[in-house]
Amino acid sequence: MTLYILCFILFCVGLYGVLRKRNLVKIIIGLGIIEYSMNLFFVLLGYRLQGRAPIDAQHQDILNMVDPLPQAVVLTSIVIGLGITALVISIAIRIYEKYGTFDITKIRRLKG
Amino acid sequence: MELHILLLFMILAAIIAIEIKDLLSSVIAIGSAGFALCLAFLILKAPDLAITQLVVEILCLIILIRATIRKDLPLIIEGRWFFNTISTLIFIAAFLLFAYYALKELPSFGHPMMSVVKKYLEEGTSKTGAVNLVTSVILDFRAYDTLAEATVLFTAVIGIMAVLRRKGRKEISEKDEY
Amino acid sequence: MNIKNQDSYTETGMTLIVKTVTRLTVGLILVYGIYIVLHGHLSPGGGFAGGVIIALSFVHLMLAFGRDIALRKVSKNTVSILESIGALMFLSIAIAGFLGGVFFLNILDKGSPFRLFSAGTIPLSNIAIGLKVGVGLFAIFLTLVILEGSKR
Repeated sequence: MTLYILCFILFCVGLYGVLRKRNLVKIIIGLGIIEYSMNLFFVLLGYRLQGRAPIDAQHQDILNMVDPLPQAVVLTSIVIGLGITALVISIAIRIYEKYGTFDITKIRRLKG
Repeated sequence: MELHILLLFMILAAIIAIEIKDLLSSVIAIGSAGFALCLAFLILKAPDLAITQLVVEILCLIILIRATIRKDLPLIIEGRWFFNTISTLIFIAAFLLFAYYALKELPSFGHPMMSVVKKYLEEGTSKTGAVNLVTSVILDFRAYDTLAEATVLFTAVIGIMAVLRRKGRKEISEKDEY
Repeated sequence: MNIKNQDSYTETGMTLIVKTVTRLTVGLILVYGIYIVLHGHLSPGGGFAGGVIIALSFVHLMLAFGRDIALRKVSKNTVSILESIGALMFLSIAIAGFLGGVFFLNILDKGSPFRLFSAGTIPLSNIAIGLKVGVGLFAIFLTLVILEGSKR
């Protein structure tokens, strides 16, 4: 139970970064922290005490494997997270070229 | 116990990454949090995820450093300090309230609900022939997820190429046409 | 390429030490990525991790030698074509399941477990995913680098 609460605290740190900071790179980093905490939470839900990794071994029967389903979901989620981070970074680079700053309050013009 | 230490380290690294002034130091702090997450996956018996997280973190760091290096950060004066902090705290409090209600319904740590997965664990190797059960789940039992993931990645690559396209096609000589 | 360009190529990139070490290690990294992709159904790894390792080997080459040397080996058009081939290969494996009746059916022979050639279409899907992820991520990095270079 303590691990779940620590995971939520990590989520809250990322949420604070996204909502409070005014630098675009800090906002991207906050999104990354939220992604870490969600991935870790899914894997924590599938863990079994004294479990083995979900890979069969030769000449023996393993019964106490951990849950492979959250791992499979998180595996796709990690790679999607990299794609999303790269997309947001490229948009931030374009904004920096156009306005010369990463500060979101200076980016006021909507057109052009 | 190791998991508690790793999670506390990740929280500390995340706070440093959010609060520090220098952008490069912030990127490096988030990298350390990612490597701690890789170790946590290894302790949680997920070697596939540990390998993937390690290599993805390296590539993510390279992209972030290339984006932030040689870009100086002007000193940002925080305006409307009171209003911003109060609204952020309200959002976090709402999240924690709903998390508290959800936490009572979750299974306790170490005793997952195995009702769906029991079938995969028993018949995975005999039905698909793959020894690694995570691979048999993502490429055989639940291959639709992977198809959608490939679509999302394809869309992200197309989006990046569209956003970062060079302007002024007339100026591009033949040598620059990679 | 004329001689003047050749001279400018030798100046780009990092120092001699980094270049020498890169020459020794980049092939090993590529081979390790291919190993991870091919053994995805037997050991930890699979298409995603192997694809990112393959992309990292090319990124390593590009960081050490400068962008022009790496672009002579892999051009942007090649990258686009290879990524489309990966996506189409995965989709055609999925559609080939219709031969047995259902989308994504594992139609090939399962073979015996713990062998390299087993598990039906799963190794083929791993190769397709690895190609797609690796080349896609390398395309992202290539676009960022070309943007940086065109600004100067």
